[in-house]
Amino acid sequence: MALDKNSNSFTFIFTIILVVVVGTVLAVTFLALKEPYAENVRREKMQNILASVKVKVERDAAPEKYKLLVREGLLIDAQGRVIEGGNRDAVNGDAFMLDVIKQYKDAKAGVLKAEDMKYPVYMAAVEGKELFVLPMVGTGLWGPVWGYVSVESDGRTIFGSTFDHKGETPGLGAEIATPVFYDQFPGKTFTDEDGSFTSIKVYKGGSQTTDPHGVDGISGGTITSDGVHKMLEETLVIYDKYLKSTVAVPTSIEPAQTDSLAVDTTSTLSTLQP
Amino acid sequence: MSTETAAPAKPADGLFSKKNRKLITDPLNDNNPITVQVLGICSALAITVKLENALVMSASVMAVLIAGNMIISALRNLIPGRIRIIAQLVIAAGLVTLVDIILKAYVYDVSKQVGVYVGLIITNCILMGRFEAYAMGNKPIPSAMDAIGNSLGYAWILVAVAFFRELFGNGSLMGLRIIPESFYAMNGGGYFNNNMMILPPMALVIVGIIIWIQRARNTKLIEQA
Repeated sequence: MALDKNSNSFTFIFTIILVVVVGTVLAVTFLALKEPYAENVRREKMQNILASVKVKVERDAAPEKYKLLVREGLLIDAQGRVIEGGNRDAVNGDAFMLDVIKQYKDAKAGVLKAEDMKYPVYMAAVEGKELFVLPMVGTGLWGPVWGYVSVESDGRTIFGSTFDHKGETPGLGAEIATPVFYDQFPGKTFTDEDGSFTSIKVYKGGSQTTDPHGVDGISGGTITSDGVHKMLEETLVIYDKYLKSTVAVPTSIEPAQTDSLAVDTTSTLSTLQP
Repeated sequence: MSTETAAPAKPADGLFSKKNRKLITDPLNDNNPITVQVLGICSALAITVKLENALVMSASVMAVLIAGNMIISALRNLIPGRIRIIAQLVIAAGLVTLVDIILKAYVYDVSKQVGVYVGLIITNCILMGRFEAYAMGNKPIPSAMDAIGNSLGYAWILVAVAFFRELFGNGSLMGLRIIPESFYAMNGGGYFNNNMMILPPMALVIVGIIIWIQRARNTKLIEQA
């Protein structure tokens, strides 16, 4: 039986067999390894939430530490109101189960209306402080960027943050996931002295270190930096409504509390004033 | 990865014969995929900001190239000539995806780094170049040797470029600080990182300089006037 390699039928059969074999191998491998992958993703999420409250753990140790520190997770709507009911468990509640990246993609694709988006908030207790952990998603240069920002109990001062991305350029945009970038956030605030909302800005070409609302962007990673900027702006405004309504605000004293510089000036001022 | 896939290459007759050794040494200099054949330039520009990225990319390309070369070579008498490029592409894409799935499940941290490059590996011209130029016409074991040689040739250029870019662009190597913090202008010194270095065009300039040096030293590469 002579096999004519160049006949149409052989070409078709060869193609079909090749594609089916490759497809089957990929599908079987994917299904077999789906569980460990999903578990890795789950643990990474916990690890990221912990990183935003400045608790650094290995990924394998993350679930244990997470259960210890994160109290509950709740969902708020686009108006910043808490969605009542539902499971508030930190590990398998509605907040942790919500795939914010998928939700963001759906909203961008028009499948989901912006006002129907839900925003998770996690409550964590670290170093005797009650912290809000706010997940957020945005768009970088090549794909989604996301992060977790933890806010102190005053509802306006950032305690810690962590950022990650799907595939920003290594060495440029990808630097948002390094301490060089995210270590700038603690102590910054997204509320003005007069109590109104002012988003954290990511500046190109450097920000003043004294600016309480600004951080430096990444050189060579302008579009990624802009993406983070936009993400903070769009998401914090929603969380801000929730935080303002939740935190009992003694507006007059609060802003000075976390900012050592401001404390100094007010105290010197008060001593100078007879 | 790479050792695993290379392992089945049993030391058959004359594994280190002159011809086989040439398969490995040739692409390092005389027939380097980047500097002489000018293939795979895109990835050489894209991921050489840091030395670590260059190494991860090199290792990934090596793994996929060895496996791909051996599979194509084993199937070379079956693949119909008219659709050989598509067949090669399917095999390359399949392998890359397979590697990605395995890394995600078992070495998640590595996969987070390699994840970015998966697309780049599929489109890496060196892959298609070797499949088409060598594996389609040679036996699996020489094909594997050819893959090792070419990926090493690719790797050393990437590492060389990344070395200069990370050192002068960031003042570090493999993430470790080489130029002390105290040298920097903001700490009272007079030194600035060269921001040009972290931008892609500088990679092209460095590749150009490597080609220049290589051509000046290697008389075989000097074109007849």
